[in-house]
Amino acid sequence: MSITRSFLDTPFVRRSNRLRTFITAAWLGWQIESNWADPFLFAIYSIVRPVTSVLILVVMYSVITNGALQEPIFAYIYLGNALYILVGQVITGVSWSVIDDREHYRTLRQLYTTPMDGYFYLMGRGVARLIIGLISVLITIGFGIIAFQLPISIGAINWPMLLASTILGVLSLAAIGMVVGSLTLMLARHFWSLGDAISGALYLFTGAIFPLDVLPAWLRPIGFAFPVTYWLELARRAILGPNAAKFPTLSGFSDLELTGILAAITLMLLVFSWFFYRWALHRAKENGIFDMETSY
Amino acid sequence: MDTNLAIETNDLGRVYRLRGPKRKGDAKQLVALDGVNLEIRRGELFGLLGPNGAGKTTVIKILATLLLPSSGVGRVEGLDVTRDVQEIRRRISMVSGGETSGYGLLTVEENLWMFARFYGLDNVTARKRIDALLEVVGIADRKRTKISDLSTGLRQKMNFVRGFISDPNVVFLDEPTLGLDVTAARDVRGFVKQWMHDHPDRTVLLTTHYMAEADELCDRLAIIDRGKLLACDTPENLKHRLQREAIFNLKVGPLGPKPSRDAMIEAVPGVRQATIVEQNGHTELNLILAQEDVLSNVLAHLTRRGSSLISLEKREPTLEDVFVDLVGRRLDVDTSHHAEGEHAAG
Ligand SMILES: Nc1ncnc2c1ncn2[C@@H]1O[C@H](COP(=O)(O)OP(=O)(O)OP(=O)(O)O)[C@@H](O)[C@H]1O
Ligand SMILES: [Mg+2]
Repeated sequence: MSITRSFLDTPFVRRSNRLRTFITAAWLGWQIESNWADPFLFAIYSIVRPVTSVLILVVMYSVITNGALQEPIFAYIYLGNALYILVGQVITGVSWSVIDDREHYRTLRQLYTTPMDGYFYLMGRGVARLIIGLISVLITIGFGIIAFQLPISIGAINWPMLLASTILGVLSLAAIGMVVGSLTLMLARHFWSLGDAISGALYLFTGAIFPLDVLPAWLRPIGFAFPVTYWLELARRAILGPNAAKFPTLSGFSDLELTGILAAITLMLLVFSWFFYRWALHRAKENGIFDMETSY
Repeated sequence: MDTNLAIETNDLGRVYRLRGPKRKGDAKQLVALDGVNLEIRRGELFGLLGPNGAGKTTVIKILATLLLPSSGVGRVEGLDVTRDVQEIRRRISMVSGGETSGYGLLTVEENLWMFARFYGLDNVTARKRIDALLEVVGIADRKRTKISDLSTGLRQKMNFVRGFISDPNVVFLDEPTLGLDVTAARDVRGFVKQWMHDHPDRTVLLTTHYMAEADELCDRLAIIDRGKLLACDTPENLKHRLQREAIFNLKVGPLGPKPSRDAMIEAVPGVRQATIVEQNGHTELNLILAQEDVLSNVLAHLTRRGSSLISLEKREPTLEDVFVDLVGRRLDVDTSHHAEGEHAAG
């Protein structure tokens, strides 16, 4: 708390309501996500769970391919799935706090009578899950290197491209999370976890596990519209090198082209989420959603 | 626009669409507020008094920018509640009674600190205020207790403190003593009075359905029922309206078949209002009479119905009587118990 305290008191942060909101919300999110009574549970949640889900995939893969774990395409698929952990974590991280604050902590009214900025509040609340997600991704990849000899060498990674694409990818996911959160705010229904549902449903459309070309032509646009598709491709190229085995779907595009597409979609999503949030808030106030205290 | 007005509403209306079994063209509507006009001056402790469902919370939510009005205008310190949301939020705070919510894993101090940050307070000021306020409400020793470990009463106190941490110009208190025990309720009222005394330019809008509370605290009161404002004045003036009338409490034997307020008013000219409560074996009548000599007719009427007088008391008008006179029914049966209990203990 003391670090956050002094940080919030720097003149730069003090002057900006949005920055202050964002940091305070991130602090709150971290208290909630990391303050597990039991560190053991925390470890299961952020380490064991993701690793197991990747293990399931590895087992399926090796059954289907007769144990061809040395094939170069395996590393590509493994990485895609490891990175995909972030999708659910970020979308849910940003959107879930609406339900959490409204129905669990019942603080929505208290929050929305302060001058804090709701958009930056939700974004801030997502930071904790992003951090946990990143830890899970690193652990999963590390596990892959040790257990399956994934051909990854730290020195050969294209760090600028990995960093840039991941920042864009995370921003786009946060924007999607904002849209989901706004929907939740507006509809006052108890979506258990729309974020998880969406990330689950889109799993098949992002080339995480099989190329988009496998899908019927009329379903493919979903994958091409979803920024994660480009982020996964760029991140995998950055980690494995441009010549590693990969799905043919996006092989016609250069790194720069893919980055451009990802940046454009991300920007569009951010702008859209900004206006969508304002509109949802207006609807919520029109319909009296802040009253809502659906029993939990 | 009068700049001395802290709160102003102009024909404020609110309609709720009721969610029910969905059938087309059958959307039910509920008029929660109907043409409410309020003018609350800076420095006033103003009360909204009304029974359950009167629309008190709806007024507060609209003014606190949580709900849009369906019609009319609301202003807080001259700012429009639909347009100047951000600016209004810098100046107000809102606390609901029975509010036991909060982030259970934060300590009392952390929770208050966080809200102070959302209001833009710097660290030093935030800490000073938190310490001072916790001291005043007597939970300074719980500063580092996790909220989840607090009793509901203490949580309520913490939330009450939250409402004053930002040093707001206008405070909305929605039934602040709801669910508190007698002493805690008295503490809260004492705090509000003291705060108003220390900050004479601030404004409090308080809702309650406890008559005694309204009478004790408020500079002025509005009585609201079914979304409509029925009267607005100082408690003294409101009671003064009944100065010419005579108010009696009667305890009588069983009143025979189906005693009703309407029958009583019809049968005895000069009875303005009557409330009838049947209680183990006898009946309590509360009568507002146009003048005192109507009483003999009332007694004659009771005798005709085969009832007999057990006790009779003439008393000064209370806000409860004002309410009954305006609305035709009691505010809330529980209210009297609450008030009585408090006197007994105090
Ligand atoms: N979100 C909502 N949707 C539908 N109807 C509502 C909603 N909120 C309030 N109402 C209705 O509007 C009317 C006024 O409610 P309100 O909460 O303002 O009353 P109140 O005076 O605060 O009552 P109480 O003393 O019970 O708190 C009530 O009939 C209530 O049922
Ligand atoms: Mg209410």
